[in-house]
Amino acid sequence: MGLMPSLYAAALRMTRNPSDAEDLVQETYLRAYRGFEGFEEGTNLKAWLYRILTNTYINYRAKKRRPDETELDEVEDLYLYRRIGGLEAAMAGRSAEDELLERFTDAEVKEALESLPENFRMAVLLADVEGFAYKEIAEILDIPIGTVMSRLHRGRKALQKRLYEFAVERNLTAPVPDDAHV
Amino acid sequence: MSDCQDALHELYGFLDGELTEDRRVAIQHHLDTCQPCAEPYDFEAELRAVVRRKCQEQVPDALMEKIRTALESEASRLTD
Repeated sequence: MGLMPSLYAAALRMTRNPSDAEDLVQETYLRAYRGFEGFEEGTNLKAWLYRILTNTYINYRAKKRRPDETELDEVEDLYLYRRIGGLEAAMAGRSAEDELLERFTDAEVKEALESLPENFRMAVLLADVEGFAYKEIAEILDIPIGTVMSRLHRGRKALQKRLYEFAVERNLTAPVPDDAHV
Repeated sequence: MSDCQDALHELYGFLDGELTEDRRVAIQHHLDTCQPCAEPYDFEAELRAVVRRKCQEQVPDALMEKIRTALESEASRLTD
């Protein structure tokens, strides 16, 4: 039961809906309970549970709608850093960028993550929120490690772009034109 | 490639703990001596910590109770 908060948080990011997330977590625990013989002792229990969670989610989602196969626009590397990282220097020694990152609300960060197309969202969630290794993510999502890395790379940049939009909307920072050489 | 290009290229591998020990040590050494490269590393690490922290959730008591009940009834179903 100790992993329930992180499973529930992951379920919320996947389904983007509290009542579906609750059903998903409950179903995951039931499946894990029924299938516990399938768990190999000495292997990673958390990764095993996330695999069940993911499969249960894919199953549930298949009944509701088609998978979200949206692609992402090309976004430059270090998107957010290039726009707000320089604030640090401007504020003589104080870590202004860290403070700026702290000013994002929980809701904004969650929404930014949930705005990613599913393939990218799952990879970023498993790596950045849950801290799984590439190999574990590959097993959980049943995709090659190279695919994990490319989804992470693009998903992270898209997440930063969305966060930057929030920062500009809330006047946390001045907008930088997309084509600016920064 | 220069050390700086290598360092930026391997940023996520480094932060994700996915580099070989040799590469990790080489990058760490470079970051210790190159402030322009250390800055984006620190930024990305801080961003990740913020994302992780701000995406936490509390499990509703009712859900915990519901799951406990479901597992108990599953257990008694299986032993019947």
